[in-house]
Order: sequence, then structure tokens, then C-alpha cells
Amino acid sequence: MNLATLSAGYLRARPLQTCFAVALLALGIAAMTLLLLVVEQVEQRMGRDAQGVDLVVGAKGSPVQLVLSGIYHLDVPTGNIPLRAVAELSRDRRVREAIPLSLGDSFRGFRIVGATGAYVSLYGAEVAEGRIWGAPMEAVVGADVAARTGIAVGQSFVGVHGIGESSADAHDSHPYRVVGRLARSGTVLDRLVLTSLESVWIVHEAHHEPADQAERDALAGDREVTVVLLRYSTPLAAATLPRQINAGSDYQAASPAYETVRLFRLLGIGVEALRGLAGLLILAAGFSVFVALTQALEERRTQLAIMRVLGASPATVFGLLILEGCMLAAAGTGAGLLAGHGLAALSGWMMPGEARGLVSAAAWHPDELAIAGFGLGVGLLAALLPAWRASRADVPGILSESS
Amino acid sequence: MPGELTRAGAAVAVRGLAHRYGGVAAVTLPTWDAEPGSAWLVLGPSGSGKSTLLHLLAALAVPTEGSVEVGGVELSRLPPAARDRFRAGNVGIVLQALHLVAHLSARDNVRLARYLAGFPRDDASVDAALAALGLAGKSGRRPGDLSHGERQRIAIARAVVNRPRLVLADEPTASLDDDAAMRTVDLLESAAREHGSTLVIATHDQRVKARFGRQLRLGAA
Repeated sequence: MNLATLSAGYLRARPLQTCFAVALLALGIAAMTLLLLVVEQVEQRMGRDAQGVDLVVGAKGSPVQLVLSGIYHLDVPTGNIPLRAVAELSRDRRVREAIPLSLGDSFRGFRIVGATGAYVSLYGAEVAEGRIWGAPMEAVVGADVAARTGIAVGQSFVGVHGIGESSADAHDSHPYRVVGRLARSGTVLDRLVLTSLESVWIVHEAHHEPADQAERDALAGDREVTVVLLRYSTPLAAATLPRQINAGSDYQAASPAYETVRLFRLLGIGVEALRGLAGLLILAAGFSVFVALTQALEERRTQLAIMRVLGASPATVFGLLILEGCMLAAAGTGAGLLAGHGLAALSGWMMPGEARGLVSAAAWHPDELAIAGFGLGVGLLAALLPAWRASRADVPGILSESS
Repeated sequence: MPGELTRAGAAVAVRGLAHRYGGVAAVTLPTWDAEPGSAWLVLGPSGSGKSTLLHLLAALAVPTEGSVEVGGVELSRLPPAARDRFRAGNVGIVLQALHLVAHLSARDNVRLARYLAGFPRDDASVDAALAALGLAGKSGRRPGDLSHGERQRIAIARAVVNRPRLVLADEPTASLDDDAAMRTVDLLESAAREHGSTLVIATHDQRVKARFGRQLRLGAA
């Protein structure tokens, strides 16, 4: 027998109040943990995906959409631009590297991206099995694609037109052959099927087979890409190049850094509101701990008095109630952290195909310590007043009342 | 019993006692001595201060005037923390409302007295106290599963398990029938005698008057 078993016994003797206080606290802690994990992981992931890309060039439209589709592969593309734009941009002395991407098809919800090898080096990704694509219609799958679809090196698949999971227009006559699988890089590459630019052209030109050489040349001249990712050779380029492209060409340039910040500023308002709500939940939980203990105090006035009669010091009685508050807080906080991670796993799993796996529950964030501290602190604070009142109780007075 | 030899003189010595509670006189008692191992009845009508006297003897309150000595220690001289320790080691109390902890077994209720007094765990003396009161077979049961008489015996076991100098009982026979009242008094007396404790029973129950030669009568204050 010790103070902890005594406290736990009293909590077990009031299951309803105990569960209510624990559940309320767990709810608040879970909401806060979930927010923390989602916001942190999405921000981190988006930062990683945009690393090294200074500018995205594509068809005119919304700059946010261009960045979302060109870098994060989340939105639909704004359109296509002619292949010669890549050559023009590469020639510019302010551009160190121009990486063209061709989008439009998907494989079981994962986007098929026509690209050059530079796209893989951009993220420092490595081949886990097989090799990088070479000839047209060779494909390399990202780690998530391989894991979710089960497709393996050596197998073939056909892409469907469009980038939603519901697209039904299959390119049956042009199957891809998987020649490699990328190691997990924690970037957007994990969720992509990579192939050469030529593959994408072949699949789409197949719809209207060229009749002769002249038409073939004409088709080649009309070839397009969806976006071009640019890396500057000098920081000064940021001052002139975007403006020059946006004003003086049919293309649009968008800065991932700027657009992402803009996007998060918009989302930030919602996140703050949710964070405030979670904070309120935790305070409400603190109040319920306070009510539970105060109520317990009323019910147990004579029991606490008899503890004093048996020789317990006021400090012991104080400690008993503080311990009850701490146990409630610890149970609620622990359950809340676990539930937060569970919800994070669930939300990562429930996200639409393109973003699936963006949030994982496996990572622990250092700020969770602060959340746990907050939960425990609220519980402790809520227990202070009832505990103090219990320790100061007028024992002879209570005994005379109750006899 | 190692404490036995050190007990000398009066177990309880009261001098010029007057206690007021919220400005109202609660009890007055000019002189009273009780020798070790004696058994006393404190008699008097309601409001004569029987409970207050017990609280003062238990160092739950400090008298407004006069002194109370238990085992040669003047209680009002002790700082509050020492009063709690003194009570834990020297005084056992049985109240009319028994105040057992509902979710603890009979055995744990008695162990609680040892734990709260800061004494080392000693299940042998806990079991012995329960057995002496005929509760050996029921030590695992909770108070709610036991009869009133059995619950009262748990409270008595709890009061004597620390081998106190002084066992106090406040109206232990109220609301009991004649047989049960006599049994309770017998149990208190034998439990106190077994542990060499001085027994003080506060009561207005006329039925038990004849059982005790030593009586202290409090007048209406």
C-alpha cells in the first residue's frame, strides 16, 4: 500500500468521472498532436520536394496550380508549353539547369512523369533495384508505387490517360516495362512513375499515327512538355528572369518558395484556429479534472478527515489528491498522444491517391514533449485547489458534523 | 510489548481544561487523571463536550485553556506535524460513523492505519488484530459486503493495530441493539487490554453505564 495505489483506488471507485476527465483530456491532446504532426510533416515534405528548384515554368494559369502540379504533383497541370521553350531556357546564362517534365498519364492513381535523369539527381534519389530508364517505354517506379501496387522490376503495365484514379482511357497498345525501382527518398519521387520524355510523346502521338515523313517532322516540331524546373546559376536571376518570362513570353514562371509560403499563410489561419480549439479542449479537460476532484473532495470530506485521524499529515492528504490529478492527466495525455498518432496514420492513409502517405504516424516530434507537459501541467494545476482545501480541512469540525 | 516498561505515571492527565469552539464553550474539565490500562466511560448529555474532549485527547485540536498530557507529553506544546505523528503512534480512534474506505478490503483498511502512521508494513500484526476480533475469514471482503457489526470490528482493529497508548471510542453503541451494544463494549475492552491501551469511551448510552467502574461525568457546558 502506498499513496499511488490509494489514489488509483479512489479513481477506480469513480469510473465515470475518471473516464470523462481522461477522455476529454485525451481528445484535446490528440487534436493538438494530430495538428502538429500533419502541419510539420506536410511543411517538411513540401520543403524537401521544392529543394533546389528555383523556378517552375509552364503554361499560363494560376501560379499556385503550376507549383502544385509541377513540383508536388498534386493539382492538374495548367497546360503544356512547346518543347523548344526548354532549349530557349537552357541557353539563358542565368539558368544552370533546366529539367523538362511531361505529365498526363497515370498508373493506378500514381502519375507517370516523362523526365530526364537530372530529375532523379535533383532529389539525390538512388536506384534500389534494376537501373534507370534508357530506351522509350522503360519505366522506373518510386518506392511507394512499388509498395502499393506491388509492381516489380521486369513487369509491364499500361498507363491510363488522365491523372485521376477513375480515368478509364487505357493506352493498351503501349505498355511500359519496369526496369528499375527507386530507393525511398522521402520526396515526391516515392509516389511517381518515371520514364523518358519520348515515352510520353509516343503514347500520345499513337492516337494519330503519322502518315509520312513530313507529318512525322511536323509532329516532332509540335512536341510539348508540361513544365520546366529551373535552377539558377546566379541568385541575381531571381530579380529578372521570372519577370522576363511572365511579361515577355506565352509561358508563366512561378517561384515555389514564394507560392508555398503564400499557400501556407492561407492555410495557417485555419491551423491557428484549430490549434486554439484544441487548446480550449485541453482547458475544458483541466476544468473537468478540477470538477472531478472537487466533487470527490465533497464526497470524501470525512474519509480525508479519517486519514488525518489515523495520523496522515496535511501534506499526505495534499499529495493524495495531487497524485489523483496527475494520474488523470497522465492517462489523458498518454491516451491523447497515442490517439493523435493513430489519427495521423489514418489521415495519411485516407488522403487522396496523389497525397497518400504524405503524413505518417511513425515520427515523433520534439514539440510533443511540450504538448505532454501542457497536459500534465493543466492536470496538476486543476488538482492544486482541491488538494489545498483538503489539506486545510477542519478535522474536528467534519467529525462532529458526521457523527 | 516493548513500550510497556516505559509507561509510567498517568496515561492521561488533564489540568484546567477549557475549550471554546467558535467562541462558544465546548467543554470544561478542571482535573482528570487516567492510569495506564484503565477503562473509562465519559458520560454526559448531548452538547456536554464528549466528542470535543476526545478530539483534544487525540490532538486533533489544541485546547483554548489548560493542558492535556498523554503519556507524559503535553499535546499543545507539539508543533502541528508532530501532533499528527503523535496521534498516529499513540492514539487509536473508533468513531460512531465508522469511516471505512469503501473500495479497500477489511485487511487494507487496517493496513491503511499502519501506512498512514508511517509504520513499516507488518501484515502479521494486521492479521492478528483482525483475527482477535473474529474477522480472520473476512479480511479480503470490502466493508459493503459485511454486516454493521463486522464493519465496526474492522474499525476497532484499525484503531488498535498500531498498539496505541490510548484507544478512544465516540458513541460506539448508538444505533445498536442491547446485545450488539454489550458485545461492542466487550470487544473494545478486550482489544484495549490486549494491547495494554487505556480505553476512553464517550457515550450517553445508559445501557453500558453499569459495565465500567471508572466514569467521568461532563456537565452541560
